[in-house]
Amino acid sequence: MTLLITVFAAIVSTLVWYLSEKARKLHIGTLVLMYWGAALMWMCDAVFEYAELRDAYFTPAAEDMINDGFLGFSVVALGLVIWIAIVMIKDPSHVLKVGSKAA
Amino acid sequence: MACFLVPTTEAIVTGIVTKAVKEKEKGAQAAEQNTTADEAQGSIGKVTFSTKLGWLSRMLWGGSALLAFEHVWHGEVAPYFPFLTAAETAEGARTMLHEMATTGVSMAVLVTLVWAGMVSVYNALEKKEGEAGEKA
Repeated sequence: MTLLITVFAAIVSTLVWYLSEKARKLHIGTLVLMYWGAALMWMCDAVFEYAELRDAYFTPAAEDMINDGFLGFSVVALGLVIWIAIVMIKDPSHVLKVGSKAA
Repeated sequence: MACFLVPTTEAIVTGIVTKAVKEKEKGAQAAEQNTTADEAQGSIGKVTFSTKLGWLSRMLWGGSALLAFEHVWHGEVAPYFPFLTAAETAEGARTMLHEMATTGVSMAVLVTLVWAGMVSVYNALEKKEGEAGEKA
């Protein structure tokens, strides 16, 4: 579930990166690479887990699925928080600059 | 258990290499300023190798950070020594090292291979664009 949610987050962020120039200026590429990196790592983990559990891998307990789902969404949220922090630090639109119009 | 430590280590090494390559590129750029204007213009817009290394670095750091969070979620990372709950017993430490050697190394290798593929595709596109520019 965590892997699936991260893969979807990676696909959506990649599409946003491809379609929006404004998003590219806001360093969304970092978020894309972060999600793909995590998705690839969890993919490896899933392969090893499948080798160990075989068919049982595809029939997890409901409680485990809910926990993994929460974890997946938390991972996506953490990725977004890291990205927001990068945007705030780099401030590509100069919004946080002292004396800017936005202030 | 601690598989994320392998890509984290690779991320640290990649960061150091990126910094060194960037310094080298800066030196090369300064030397290039002495060449003719036409030659200098040819290199503008090219993505440097340090930038490409930055892609790998971001994939490794990002992936490791999110994986580390997963380990905290599952109670495998503790805020006290030895920081990894599996390292508290000899049996646990053995299992942890085995997981690092199998899953951890596979993670680092897969991410690096995907990055190498990305760079190859980008280089091919760059070359194609360069050839099209020369013909025109």
